[in-house]
Amino acid sequence: MATKKMRQMHWQRTRNLTFITLGIWFVFAFLIHWFGAQLNQASFLGFPLGFYMAAQGSPLIFVLLLMWSTYRQEKIDEECGVAE
Amino acid sequence: MNGRFIDNLSKVYGLYTGGFLIFIGLMAGLEQLGVSAATLGILFVSFTILIYAAIGWISRTMQVDEYYVAGREVPAFYNGMATAADWMSGASFVAMAGGVYFGGYSYLAFIVGWTGGYVLVNSLLAPYLRKFGCYTVPDFIGTRYGGNVARLLAVIVLVVASFTYVTAQINATGTIAARALQIPFELGVWFGLLGILLCSMLGGMRAVTWTQVAQYIVLIIAYLVPVVWMSNAQGFGAVPQISYGAAVDRITELEALHGVGTLLPEAPQGGLRALTTAHAAASDSALASWKFVTLVLVLMAGTASLPHILMRYFTTPSVRAARRSVVWSLFFIFLLYFTAPALATFTKLQIMDPALATGIIGRPVADVMAIDWIQQWSNVGFLKIVDSNRDGLLQINEFFMRGDIVVLATPEIAGLPYVISGLVAAGGMAAAMSTADGLLLAIANALSHDLYYKIIDPDADTRTRLIVARVLLVVIGAGGAFIASLQLSNILGAVAWAFSFACSGLFFPLVLGVWWKRANRQGAIAGMGLGFAAGTYYLYLVRFTDMQPWLGLDHLRFGIVGMAVSLVSMVVVSLLTPEPDEETQAMVDKIRIPSGKSILAGTH
Repeated sequence: MATKKMRQMHWQRTRNLTFITLGIWFVFAFLIHWFGAQLNQASFLGFPLGFYMAAQGSPLIFVLLLMWSTYRQEKIDEECGVAE
Repeated sequence: MNGRFIDNLSKVYGLYTGGFLIFIGLMAGLEQLGVSAATLGILFVSFTILIYAAIGWISRTMQVDEYYVAGREVPAFYNGMATAADWMSGASFVAMAGGVYFGGYSYLAFIVGWTGGYVLVNSLLAPYLRKFGCYTVPDFIGTRYGGNVARLLAVIVLVVASFTYVTAQINATGTIAARALQIPFELGVWFGLLGILLCSMLGGMRAVTWTQVAQYIVLIIAYLVPVVWMSNAQGFGAVPQISYGAAVDRITELEALHGVGTLLPEAPQGGLRALTTAHAAASDSALASWKFVTLVLVLMAGTASLPHILMRYFTTPSVRAARRSVVWSLFFIFLLYFTAPALATFTKLQIMDPALATGIIGRPVADVMAIDWIQQWSNVGFLKIVDSNRDGLLQINEFFMRGDIVVLATPEIAGLPYVISGLVAAGGMAAAMSTADGLLLAIANALSHDLYYKIIDPDADTRTRLIVARVLLVVIGAGGAFIASLQLSNILGAVAWAFSFACSGLFFPLVLGVWWKRANRQGAIAGMGLGFAAGTYYLYLVRFTDMQPWLGLDHLRFGIVGMAVSLVSMVVVSLLTPEPDEETQAMVDKIRIPSGKSILAGTH
């Protein structure tokens, strides 16, 4: 069983990681789509950018974001001695 | 094959996938020999249902933990597939591309919302609920906050949200079964229910898990094959998802040519719609942006509160596997969701582009009426042509269809062989059945475990509990099929409501249960009760009375009102009442770390 201090550190780091993850999530879930019309002025891979981000860009970023944060979380669990 | 089923998963499902591909080849051969399209449809749908039923039979069990959480031995990868099938409903498979077709940019909120919700599931809930070791979502609420009132409220929210959702799924199975097997819709609904129950009744979560994996394989093949084929035929290459930008541009040109958005239909045609919305253009008004992000928020929070999804993560062997399986889930879901807009785009181009042989807009009405697929789908009432200006040519505002057609008729529109239509029917059936199974099981488990066993009769033995669970499953399924047979609403309206119901009542009580130690029983009861009541009352006001929606929050977005009330009342009431006892706070500390024993015993 990890010490109390280790567990506190684990929760602090877990919380920080969660805040960062949700920050990135917020940008691609809400912020950029608020400006969909403006983004559509630009073009990406032949798509209007606003359309692309909603149809494909944001979902793709969510997949990558989850891979990254899961990898980070597993490291945190191991380093704090609370991994299974 | 040596060893247990669980040690041979990749062999079993590899063989299964290979077998399914051979079956498709066989059907293609039969088509060459002159077997009719109708017969192919019947073979596709009945063969796949037979396989699912066989898996359901093999997975039968009389163990409580196998019935409720598949024995907690589902590896992350397979749980990801099962969750993706659980998640992608008839609405995702059949209606989503049609939604993009008619709704254009603003409809893409569904794609953002239904993928981004998994970030919340992974970061805020799944690993912690897995550590908790519960059988059902109300099991967590009941134990974390204590007391039967909290548990009962969670059961009520779960039942309302899931039941709204499941009728839509049974409706979808009925529609597909009716089309493929050429039987009346009312009969199709009961046939669909029979298939659903065969998968879940004997083996509970264990059987549903292994049929869902099989259903995912069928549905993803059925979705991707026609799109890739059509893209190849149109010269957009083998990975249409990255190369359809040019098609989007071309549609924007054609919209000006055909007058999309300026030519409006003269008279409404029941549930059929004419295209009036631009494909890619986004409105730059603040209200449009607000409506987009509020819909995204409701769908995401709803994803993280829907019990049939959360309970899938109770089946993994560890917390780490639960986390990984969320990532797999999103990946498998992404495969379909980033294809849907591509499909909508290609279909629209096929129909609108006068340079393509398939283009119908601008052609003489008499010629269009003679096309095979137009005749077939207008015969079943999915499509209608009204030459309202009597010029003998088909304008964009004279062509009416149901959104579902985009997926169901694509193979025929693009002139693909009938074997592909049969495949698509099997895929739609798999999508609707797998979601219906997950939902029915979530409802029946909550009623049998939380209401019957935990509240009404805590002394019931295992046998009685599992029999009660099964009886409930049949009764609820029959109720859902009965309501579906009345055909009260279209598929997608009811699905979006489920998300708002779920997040109004459950989102904050679940999230704060893990993330805010100070949250207590009184707060949770207020959060669930008031949030759910406020959301439901607001839905009633905007949908069934003359009230104007506040700030554009219409009936698809009533969860925003529910969640706001839920958050405020939960925080205020928690702070006004004593903090939870030491034991509860220690319990919250324990669920925050992956290692150590789960809170609830393995079998409870």
